Amino acid sequence: MNIDRQMMEVDIACVGFGPATAGFLHTLSQAMTAEDGSVLLESKVMPGMPLQVVCYERADDIGFGVSGVVTRGKALRASLPDLDPAQIPMAAPVRDEQVLYLKDPLGKSRRSSGVRMLDRLFGLLGVKDHAVKLPYIPPFLCKKDGLVLSIGQFSQWIGNQLMGSGLVQVWPGMPVSEPLLEEDRVVGVRLTDQGVESDGTPGPGYMPGMDIRAALTVVGDGPVGPVGQKLDAHFGLPAGNHQDEWAGGMKVVVELPEDCTLQPGFVLHTLGYPEPEIFGFLYVYPDRVASLGIFVPSWLDSPVRSSYRLLQHWMQHPAIWKHLKGGTLRSWGAKSLQESGQRGEPVLAGDGFARIGEGSGSTNLLTGSGLDEAWATGVQLAEGVIELAKAGEPFSRTNLERAYLGRRRDSWVEKDARIAKCARDGFTRGMVPGLLGMALSGMSGGRFNVGGAFRRPWQRIPAFKDYFSGQLSAQEIDTIVEDCRQHGKPPFEPLMDKLGWPPIEYDGQLLISHQDALLLGGKVQAAHGFADHVRFVDPSACDDCESQICVAMCSGQAISASEGGGVPQFDREKCIHCGICMWNCTSGRDGDPLRSNVSFDAGSGGLHSAEN
Amino acid sequence: MSGGFHIVVCGSLVPDPLQTLEPMEGPTGPALKNEMMLPAVLDPWAGHALFEAAQLAKNVPDSKVWLVSLGPKAKLQQLMMSIAQKVSFELVAIDGSAGGFTDPFDVAATLADTIDKIEGLDRTRLLLFGGCASASRDSGVTMQMVAERLDIVDQFLAVDKLTVSSDGALEVLERIEAGQYQVSSCAGAPAMLGWATGSLPEPPNNPQVGMMNMRTVMPALQKAQAAEVGIGGLKYAAVELPKQRRETRVVKDTPAEEIAQEIVDWLKA
Repeated sequence: MNIDRQMMEVDIACVGFGPATAGFLHTLSQAMTAEDGSVLLESKVMPGMPLQVVCYERADDIGFGVSGVVTRGKALRASLPDLDPAQIPMAAPVRDEQVLYLKDPLGKSRRSSGVRMLDRLFGLLGVKDHAVKLPYIPPFLCKKDGLVLSIGQFSQWIGNQLMGSGLVQVWPGMPVSEPLLEEDRVVGVRLTDQGVESDGTPGPGYMPGMDIRAALTVVGDGPVGPVGQKLDAHFGLPAGNHQDEWAGGMKVVVELPEDCTLQPGFVLHTLGYPEPEIFGFLYVYPDRVASLGIFVPSWLDSPVRSSYRLLQHWMQHPAIWKHLKGGTLRSWGAKSLQESGQRGEPVLAGDGFARIGEGSGSTNLLTGSGLDEAWATGVQLAEGVIELAKAGEPFSRTNLERAYLGRRRDSWVEKDARIAKCARDGFTRGMVPGLLGMALSGMSGGRFNVGGAFRRPWQRIPAFKDYFSGQLSAQEIDTIVEDCRQHGKPPFEPLMDKLGWPPIEYDGQLLISHQDALLLGGKVQAAHGFADHVRFVDPSACDDCESQICVAMCSGQAISASEGGGVPQFDREKCIHCGICMWNCTSGRDGDPLRSNVSFDAGSGGLHSAEN
Repeated sequence: MSGGFHIVVCGSLVPDPLQTLEPMEGPTGPALKNEMMLPAVLDPWAGHALFEAAQLAKNVPDSKVWLVSLGPKAKLQQLMMSIAQKVSFELVAIDGSAGGFTDPFDVAATLADTIDKIEGLDRTRLLLFGGCASASRDSGVTMQMVAERLDIVDQFLAVDKLTVSSDGALEVLERIEAGQYQVSSCAGAPAMLGWATGSLPEPPNNPQVGMMNMRTVMPALQKAQAAEVGIGGLKYAAVELPKQRRETRVVKDTPAEEIAQEIVDWLKA
């Protein structure tokens, strides 16, 4: 099939519409024209017109499939001084913050001697509902005067204003497959081919993805974005940096029961259960709606981690369940979080490109804050771009390093990121060293911390027999694994059952099967004519895989075990594009140990809900 | 035939059918819970009409497509960013409710009045397209009423195929009862076609089409007039959620006979 690839020229092409790109476009659009409509920043591709700025977003609409968040809102308020949370659905000022240390009411979690010591220590503060309310929240964690937000609703709110200005165009449903590279210069992006079979071969209605050539490509496609990944593969990470730490965030939006007393703006953070390493959150929005969920980190060195089941056990902890019982699930979703922070920073600017947001390493892991930092990096880039455009200077590496990176390095984002850089290293050694490291870093302004033991995520997953040593016999494990292999089922559920974790009693409202969450609360949809975006690079590595952890951790049950073992099945229609499979794999890639055996590329579809 | 068609497609947004829709009593009457937060999609039947219109305009020189959309302006803007990438059209926007609690009579009057005022529209070349029904529960009567108000007497419902001969005559394949089709002919425009599913797949997203369309979409949204289409003049005696039990499973590669048998067993039980 010989169909020419089309090409279009714009001035600035953005990839991914999240908080960072929103901050970039908001700042830039305000400087493009004067109040009388005259052009201030003139386009080079359409002389006489303002800069031609387009943004391509993979999801079917802007704001689909992101998460609830609590933020200090420092950068947001600087950009939007009249920001009124009442104008944004599912937003409220922070009114009350609590941190709960959750003890294990079932006695089934793996608690090291250090964690058992913590149990006893915190227990001295008074236990209620198998939980201890910490009397003090360190200042670095506080979000006083901040906001609770649904990033989905915030994105739609700001996106509508941006599109309404007519100055920038944000196109949803349009995945970008790769940067257009000419040696080390990025000259635009290539959109994903449409009308192809699942393996990418042209099918009926084949349309090669268009080349969008731009003087500047702004990469804000998040931690698992294909353009960011390909830039990393081309340029490598700066010396000393790595992206070894990840977390899978899984959350639900719940309509709280009528008798729930939690007020809008209530913020709850938990640690300690269902495994000590799992952190939880609950943010209350107006109208008795809450966003809640857990983070499953890559340093939870368990081969049976399954976010969905762990989330259900967390929700049923007595200290949480007392708020939720009688509520109704409204929405559900998941995403990957890049947890290396500044240490995971890629090459931030080069000839023709700049990176912003979470994929640029902006998330602050000490303060647990990402939205504000992401927005700030977008604003900083926009200010740099305005400076260069006004001066008629090209978007070269040198100029972007001065105009964008200079601003970023001089800002509070950088200052806070330096303090946070090593704050979480201790978690790579265990829960207690991790907490100690955070406290040391936070209290000393980053001068002291607990050193880490870094390994690639795929190097952290132990064999079943090692992990269950002393709990299950080798024979018990072999029997379960072999039975699951024959029946094409992953072994994590039977293994958790065998350890004594109680089955989830579905109530049809809040506790529903993973499949029902996908259908009722997740609302997943995939457009036809796109290729599979998840591939297992070396099939033999899957043949040898015991844990099939990619199946266990797949948020949308899009990856399923094959009968008899071997390469798992991938069902594109169920994928929510969280990218968790990419770092939850037990094998490194041949010749490229920085990456796992799962390839996660550009694809269409995902969640159809902006409530998250 | 001399000159192409002037094709006006009536179509607007509906809440994404993947969502759970819950009617409630709002301050101005019945509404859907969290309506402005629900993702919106182009009404599926109207979508088929739009794609058929675009294809027809491509094949018949000198034709043009207008899309007349009645819905909340902010949601229309959002919707346009999705569908404006698919086919070329000129938007005519009307700012009003599209949540399903509207009166087809009012909707038809508003649409007909708006179409009547479209600048440059040649009513002798007019093909009025729309969905044969709407996912927003219009009970399938709106398009006929629009046609009546525009003095269009040749009306076809549940259309799956339209063939245009060189002299501009139309041959229309309509669905009728019991799985039968009816083939009708008429001399040409003006005519109204309420589309069923048609035969075209959803076109891929094309950034160039989107860029072209956006030159007219944003001005159209800015000019959108407000319209009362039910709220206030209409009184609902009661609105409630159907008492249905939803049982959902995903099955693949299951023979049709097996699925049919399961449904029969379920009904018998």
